[in-house]
Amino acid sequence: MNWLVDPWRSGIFVRGVLGAVLAGGLCGVVGTYVVLRRMSYIGHGLSHAVFGGAVVGYVAGNSFYLAGGLWGVLSALLINGVSRTRKVGADAAIGIVTTASFAVGVALISRGGRFTRNFEAALFGNILGITVTDLWVLAGVALAVAAALFFLYKQLLFVTFDPEVAGAYGVRTGMVDAVFSVVLAAAILASMRVLGVTLIAAAIVTPAVVARLSTSSFSRMLGLAAAVGIVTGVVGMYVSWYADVASGATITLTAAALFAVVYVRTLVVGRAGRRLAALTDLEVR
Amino acid sequence: MSDRAAVITFEGASFSYGNGLVAADISLDVGAGALVGLVGPSGAGKTTLLRAVLGQLKPVRGRVLVGGTPVGRTIPRRVGYVPQLESVDWHFPITVAQVVFLGRVSDAGPLPWPARRDREEVMTLLERLGIAELAGRQIRELSGGQQQRVFLARALIRRPDLLLLDEPTSGVDVRTRQEVLGLLRELNAEGITIVLTTHDLNAVAATLPELVCVNTRVVAQGTPEEVFTPDVLRATFGSDMVVFRHDGLLLTADAPPHVVDHPHHVHIHHTHEPTEPVS
Repeated sequence: MNWLVDPWRSGIFVRGVLGAVLAGGLCGVVGTYVVLRRMSYIGHGLSHAVFGGAVVGYVAGNSFYLAGGLWGVLSALLINGVSRTRKVGADAAIGIVTTASFAVGVALISRGGRFTRNFEAALFGNILGITVTDLWVLAGVALAVAAALFFLYKQLLFVTFDPEVAGAYGVRTGMVDAVFSVVLAAAILASMRVLGVTLIAAAIVTPAVVARLSTSSFSRMLGLAAAVGIVTGVVGMYVSWYADVASGATITLTAAALFAVVYVRTLVVGRAGRRLAALTDLEVR
Repeated sequence: MSDRAAVITFEGASFSYGNGLVAADISLDVGAGALVGLVGPSGAGKTTLLRAVLGQLKPVRGRVLVGGTPVGRTIPRRVGYVPQLESVDWHFPITVAQVVFLGRVSDAGPLPWPARRDREEVMTLLERLGIAELAGRQIRELSGGQQQRVFLARALIRRPDLLLLDEPTSGVDVRTRQEVLGLLRELNAEGITIVLTTHDLNAVAATLPELVCVNTRVVAQGTPEEVFTPDVLRATFGSDMVVFRHDGLLLTADAPPHVVDHPHHVHIHHTHEPTEPVS
């Protein structure tokens, strides 16, 4: 069992696993709401928007987190506002706002002619290069997100399930949507150094979809999505360590493999259930 | 129109979603304790009127009052709303008890889970509606009638004086439709004012005590006997219809071509009693 223990002698691996656990759990929980709101594309889009903000911040001499965070929150609020008008769908709003933000970043990089390691990490993720500061940011964001979701649990559930009636029953849907936009942008920003712009959407969507296929309870789906994010993060880190492959890619592929297994199991169990129902003359709806 | 104090009042209200008016110059009173059906074709503005009462759509002209207070920034508190079941995401991972508790969210405390008092009230309500044993089931696992009861329970947990239902019998079988209508009559007998929309003229609208025919404006308001006339139905639905009595029931049907040409001639086979056209 040395292969399990050996990597923990490396501080790089320990920090990487901690980052993967925090980012996996955080993205899993936030992803539950994203998937149930049928806005899976937003993770992909917002990470691109945050990247644009981070480049603007770098050019202006501000920190990655400050500029990227502000840009991400503004982009999320803008997407939310545009899609609420119902004249432009949420998918179109995400496409326009986030690609425009990403294009700003690309334009500034091409004009400056410099492409630093920070940008490379933001684009492709560099979990093995994660710093103690990155871990503190991740832990702080995870705590803040947990607190926001705890106190807005019922309202977020109502707005996610039935936004029209939630508003009619006195839930401040605009405020709830705005808070969720901030939560999502913060989760993406904090996790971006770990997984990168290109792979963060998978960390948001895949654990939540695996959880959705495995349970019909909302609270269990939240917990399961976090657990799937954490476990695939740890397993992906081991695979990365031993196969010498980029950790963002191995974490994403581990989650995708788990999804494939759960999806096939769902199909098999569903088919068996229908056969059983046919045999016992029960109605399956 | 009811003689009792109006619970809902539309005063020359017009509504728009941005491209022209969807309901124009609506003037309407719904009295306390009434059971009213809004009938009209698709796009007539029936759901728009419900949304206006809920405060989700503001009139571009005129005003809407609930309990004598203009609906504006404040949402009427003792109003229950049951949306069209077609709009529900049945795959959403949520149980019957959780759906019902959502009706209480704006009054509940800050903790994510329901207080003991709320849990007890949810169960009492589910028992009353005969679905207590389904409390822990995912909503997709229920029959159409059970699903309708769940969303009715979510509205009733607000202890409403006024209950709004959007097409409560749409897409359900005969037995479920009769169950739902029976339940609504019980609630109405307890003093709850009920307004529902329906497309079903014969099985639903004709059995209600009061109807409002809508086609972007109020065409007629009154009892089924008063509003089920060929003229009113033509103005409401834009097509010729015949109205007749059969076995004591007031019935409507699309007018066949020979009736359109000779509107006073109606010929129905296999009736137990003479079928009389209503002019």
